[in-house]
Amino acid sequence: MRSGLAWAAVAVAVLALALAPLGLGRYDVYILTLWLVTAVAALGVNLIVGYAGQETLAQAAFLGIGAYTSALLAKAGVPFGLAFFAAGGISFAIGLAIGFPALRVQKHYLAFVTLAFSVFVWLVIRNEEWLTGGVMGLKDIERPSLFGASLRPHRLFFWFVLAIAAALTFAMWWLVRSPWGRAFTALRENPVRAESLGVNVRRYTLLAFAIGSAYGGFAGALYAPLVEFIDPAPFALGPSLLFLLMVVVGGSGSFAGPFVGAAVAVLLPEWLRFAESYYLLIYAALVILMMAFCPTGLVGLAGRLWSLRRRPARMAEDEGARALGEAKP
Amino acid sequence: MSAVLEVRGIEKQFGGLRAVDGVSFDVRQGEIVGLIGPNGSGKSTLFNCILGQFEPTAGEVMLDGCRVTGLRPSQLNRLGVGRTFQLLQVFPRLTVRENLILAGQEHQGSMLGRLFGARDAGLSAEAERTIEFFRLAHLADARAGGLSYGQQKLLDVAMAFMAGPRLVLLDEPAGGVNLTMLADLRERLETVNRERGATFVVIEHNMEFVMALCSRILVLAEGRIIAEGKPHEVRRNPKVIEAYLGH
Ligand SMILES: Nc1ncnc2c1ncn2[C@@H]1O[C@H](COP(=O)(O)OP(=O)(O)OP(=O)(O)O)[C@@H](O)[C@H]1O
Ligand SMILES: [Mg+2]
Repeated sequence: MRSGLAWAAVAVAVLALALAPLGLGRYDVYILTLWLVTAVAALGVNLIVGYAGQETLAQAAFLGIGAYTSALLAKAGVPFGLAFFAAGGISFAIGLAIGFPALRVQKHYLAFVTLAFSVFVWLVIRNEEWLTGGVMGLKDIERPSLFGASLRPHRLFFWFVLAIAAALTFAMWWLVRSPWGRAFTALRENPVRAESLGVNVRRYTLLAFAIGSAYGGFAGALYAPLVEFIDPAPFALGPSLLFLLMVVVGGSGSFAGPFVGAAVAVLLPEWLRFAESYYLLIYAALVILMMAFCPTGLVGLAGRLWSLRRRPARMAEDEGARALGEAKP
Repeated sequence: MSAVLEVRGIEKQFGGLRAVDGVSFDVRQGEIVGLIGPNGSGKSTLFNCILGQFEPTAGEVMLDGCRVTGLRPSQLNRLGVGRTFQLLQVFPRLTVRENLILAGQEHQGSMLGRLFGARDAGLSAEAERTIEFFRLAHLADARAGGLSYGQQKLLDVAMAFMAGPRLVLLDEPAGGVNLTMLADLRERLETVNRERGATFVVIEHNMEFVMALCSRILVLAEGRIIAEGKPHEVRRNPKVIEAYLGH
């Protein structure tokens, strides 16, 4: 019954999204598509950081790896489908390699390793002009075509991205609810106990990095044809930090968190356009406020408000019980 | 009866400290062996060396006659060795049921089977039985972190049994558990031992508990086994009394 309702809500949301471009202008449709692409990459960060409890400051680098892979392959005449999976596959393999340090170091040290990787990828993109065009970037990246029809029009491309994002979201939902998801959560909560219960901590850690990074690669493969021109800037360290921030702001370890976090990250600059260079300052202040008052992110905040509204009495009881150190019956 | 576990000359050095200093013993199929000794005598360290948590400085561990030294804890667990840690170790944000399913899922099917197969890895019924058996039924859907200390301790022990292990090493299972629950816990352990033929090694400071539960007791002091025998023999052994009372 409850899961039936949840599915209905998801269906309505997807339908509303699918209809949204009909009432929106060209630029708004572009922003909406950018939000979906950003959310896909953030889903990957949420798997690595929110579910598996690791650290990554490299998601923008994987976005770059995916973007350049798919753009270069498209220019070489490779069909989009193939380029898309190549972008995900390469990111999966590199993500696996990035996971190895995580077997030895944790927390800040791990963050530094991924940070170094991020800088490395950015330098490669900027300096290897023969391949990537360097700071001049790659121009005129073609949007794919489907059944002979070009997806050049903004609305068509949005629907195309929506379908792929929906499939990737479903795959992630399946993953985190499967026994693998339970094992990832166990890594986060207590890796030593998990290992003693037969959970191959090394293997699951590597898989979390590989799959999470592959989502960055997939997002990159969608990003390149969306913007039609790529240069090194969006794949630098700063954007990687923003991806981590999105997950934290949305609600680390909550399934909807990345969508909310990505919406804030994509829409806020638009809304705060009047503030110009103060935009990051306002964003930072909001993040600090939220971390102080609601560390579970916007999704956690919404959940709290919702349950307050629905059953104020029960909540008070629960809080009271917790204060007395009693277990709930 | 054959030895399930053979420990041969295990040593563990921490810097200048020799926490375990050449320990050897056998555990036969179906036995319940107690491991006692003063604080800091190396009991937990010995467990960790046997279970692949620590790499022993020297010595060997054999399981059913096969050398298992150097295997990782997860590999040993999948060979049928369960354990608990001295400090409570449950997954606080998972429910009691989820804790138990996690404790058994890696023993079911293949890696891919666990990705594409059932969400409960086919363990719902087994989890339900374990929940009943350890009298946690009313708590099945509560988050483990919200349980009382004693309840979490029971869950911790229950998790060690989810995969139906042949050998279980329990590090102070009775610590912090009240008297009624203690008798209950002992009875649960005896039942598993009798019905499933599971073998136990139990570290415990609660003498009454250990003496009642175990058929044989090993006494560790300063990293060495100083006495071994039936509970009543060990209790009267002057070396044991001296180790406990200090020099
Ligand atoms: N990881 C470690 N690093 C350094 N020294 C350690 C480590 N673990 C244990 N020790 C030392 O090894 C000795 C034995 O510790 P151990 O925990 O095995 O004792 P124990 O018999 O389990 O004691 P208790 O009954 O208090 O649990 C102690 O002196 C302890 O300080
Ligand atoms: Mg100990």
